[in-house]
Amino acid sequence: MKRLLAAAVLALGLAGVAHAAIDTYVFANDAERARFRELTQELRCPKCQNQDIADSNAPIAADLRKEIFRLLEEGKDDQQIIDFMVDRYGDFVRYKPALNAKTALLWFGPAGLLLAGLVVMAVIVRRRRAAPTDGSDALSPEERKRLDHLLEAKTDD
Amino acid sequence: MRRGLMLVPLALFLLVVVFLYRGLYLNPAELPSAMIGKPFPEFSLPSVQGDKTLTRADLLGKPALVNVWGTWCISCRVEHPVLNKLAEQGVLIYGIDYKDDNAAALKWLAEFHNPYQLNIRDDDGNLGLNLGVYGAPETFFIDAKGVIRDKYVGVIDEAVWREQLAARYQALIDEARP
Repeated sequence: MKRLLAAAVLALGLAGVAHAAIDTYVFANDAERARFRELTQELRCPKCQNQDIADSNAPIAADLRKEIFRLLEEGKDDQQIIDFMVDRYGDFVRYKPALNAKTALLWFGPAGLLLAGLVVMAVIVRRRRAAPTDGSDALSPEERKRLDHLLEAKTDD
Repeated sequence: MRRGLMLVPLALFLLVVVFLYRGLYLNPAELPSAMIGKPFPEFSLPSVQGDKTLTRADLLGKPALVNVWGTWCISCRVEHPVLNKLAEQGVLIYGIDYKDDNAAALKWLAEFHNPYQLNIRDDDGNLGLNLGVYGAPETFFIDAKGVIRDKYVGVIDEAVWREQLAARYQALIDEARP
């Protein structure tokens, strides 16, 4: 009984690890394995769009992993493999899209917005600083008189 | 000047509204195909029926639809009667039986009628991969020279054909006319 329980607990432990898609590829060396991991994590699954192809269980993702493995074995470099995928599936498959006219807004948009915000802030701060502090803030003679009166009334108590 | 500045946030807000509103009606599953304007990839694959070897040259000569299907694909079953009807009307349709069991494919064609002029057997999905196929059904429009001109992802039903695709096919036909 105890042994059965232990086996069940161990099996539960395994279940946690089993969520990632598993294929068995034999790599020539660790560097190649690392490249495979990097590439599959940088390419997006066209079917299940919020997963990379390393993570996805969709048949198309498995096909693409197989294809990447094949291309690695053929000795293609990372850029060639990414180009191969982009040729077929478009810029969309890259989680790190290439920088071109179509994606410029994507790359520079956030920085541009930040910059615009900073400029607006700087303008506002400068204007406030430049606003006249003499005269407008100072009390007019009537106000001064009234203030004196109020203060005196206070001390009289 | 002052008043103009005050309108800036409103203008930005409206801009965002326009984008978000448009986003409501976009279909994220519809990817722009990277293959449009490129020649149909070379291949040499067996046919589903008979023992012929088909190549790219077999698809040339006339504008056609190249329909990617499979017996495992449930929506292809929905699409199939529409393809039959189109074939009856004289639309030239080639098929790619994508990652399928050939016996099942033959049974399917016998049972549901065969709208395909030729049917390419792509057992391990290599042609599909070269076409950037990511799910069936997908339909490519090729012109007489074998250049991919358009692509439709998803089930072609009668409304889709009437409203979007018929005109595109007709344009290719007109273009091919001397």
